[in-house]
Amino acid sequence: MLRTFEYWFMRYRRTWRASIVISVGNPLLFLAGVGAGLGHLVDRHAPAQMAGVSYAAFFAPGLLAAAAMQTAFLESSGPVARAAAPAGAYQGAVPTPLDPEQVAAGHLLYVAFRVLTSSAAFVIVMACFGLVPGTRGPAVLAGATLTGLAFAAPAAAWAVGVRVQRQVNTAFRMVIMPLYMFSGSFFALSQLPGPVRVLIGALPLAQGVDLCRSLALGTAGAAATAAHAGYLCALTVLGFALARAAYRRRLYP
Amino acid sequence: MTTTTLPPGPGDAAPASWTVERAMALVERNMMIYRRSVTPLAFGLVEPMMYLLTIGFGVGTLVGSVPGVQVRYAAFVAPAILATTAMNTAFNQTSFGVFTRVRIDGTYDAIVPTPLSPTDIAVGEVASALINGLLTSTGFLAAAALLGLAVSPGILLAIPAAALVGFAFAAAGLAVTTYLRDFPDFQLIQLVMLPMYLFATTFYPLGTYPGWLRLVIEALPLYQSIELIREPALGRFPVATLLIAALYLVCFGAAAMALATRRLGRLLHK
Repeated sequence: MLRTFEYWFMRYRRTWRASIVISVGNPLLFLAGVGAGLGHLVDRHAPAQMAGVSYAAFFAPGLLAAAAMQTAFLESSGPVARAAAPAGAYQGAVPTPLDPEQVAAGHLLYVAFRVLTSSAAFVIVMACFGLVPGTRGPAVLAGATLTGLAFAAPAAAWAVGVRVQRQVNTAFRMVIMPLYMFSGSFFALSQLPGPVRVLIGALPLAQGVDLCRSLALGTAGAAATAAHAGYLCALTVLGFALARAAYRRRLYP
Repeated sequence: MTTTTLPPGPGDAAPASWTVERAMALVERNMMIYRRSVTPLAFGLVEPMMYLLTIGFGVGTLVGSVPGVQVRYAAFVAPAILATTAMNTAFNQTSFGVFTRVRIDGTYDAIVPTPLSPTDIAVGEVASALINGLLTSTGFLAAAALLGLAVSPGILLAIPAAALVGFAFAAAGLAVTTYLRDFPDFQLIQLVMLPMYLFATTFYPLGTYPGWLRLVIEALPLYQSIELIREPALGRFPVATLLIAALYLVCFGAAAMALATRRLGRLLHK
């Protein structure tokens, strides 16, 4: 498993500059543009829904969870589909003693590393701007990484069977982007009418947003935190089980 | 050693010359491709609609109203998102679209031997990108009107304005494409386009910035595009501001176009 991780890590050492734009630069720009700029207008208006929390402090942890999902998906969809293709990297692992489970686990370990490091950079920026107290940082970081894994494992299970690269782009635009925009990172789900709120609240990113936000603002209750974390862990485990089976089907037919 | 000069063949039209007829051939070609699949155009609407719903309405509830503007926040944001729609659709087609046609599809390999000069190709690509930008932004305008965000008939001026914005950014996209080395360079483009999208007063007025920063923002082409569309859409007609914005976009587009046509030949003959 570590061999597979090593392979992806070596590649990353050569290509990290480009990927850092999306995984770190992108959310930081949103934090400045929306969190600070638009937040200025929100704080001026001081709506009751914000309960005395500045918009930037409300937005930042939600954005962190959304960015973790985005990085996780980008790292475990396109690269997995390309690696599983006839001339892809996974095919090189087939004749070796590596099991498909190890190929899957090693790649997911690499995705976890990517999510963890990008999220850590973001949490450090949050702490520098006083958007999260330093002591709560590690818990928030763990929440973001778990959110990423809950997307990475199912995404890899799906992507390993994808034969048309274009489908990855379509999934990104039609599934990941709407989740990014509507899962409560930008505004509170409590603003939405009942049925829509329940529906969106049940989606995995909304769970991750709530987990990270309550940990960052210090409003996390034990029961709610356990429920969110349990939900995301279950999704990760289920996704990994599916990924193992899907890797075996595609690579050792 | 003797050099033989070949008589100019059909593909050797002087790079600077172009005709409407020849450029239209390329527009027609692109239109035929798009007629077969409208999904790229529909995709072009998904993103701006998501921004309108999430930021315009979602965050809009928290914002209340914008200082100096008497309309709800979503009506303030919608014209700016319309401008970014024209910008993104046109820019993406002449950057990512053209680069894909050069590197992957090999479309121009089949066009270069025809009487089309590189300038014909440049004009044709920019014209069809402009048409697509116009189509998506008109679609967005219709959607915004259905959501009750057309607060002044002046918003209809957004249609000709979107054509101008589409022209400026289509030309800019093509000029940038001639400098690209490979696909990862699109990350660098993203590094310019995303901040411009977020900071060019799309979501909040210029007054939010401190004085010196305002000058920087005002110099951005997207800022001028937003001014040109948002002011009339809110029922305001500051003549000088609108003229400056239009003039800025004409000059910006013309300069980009001149650069693109001068450099496109090199990209195509590689």
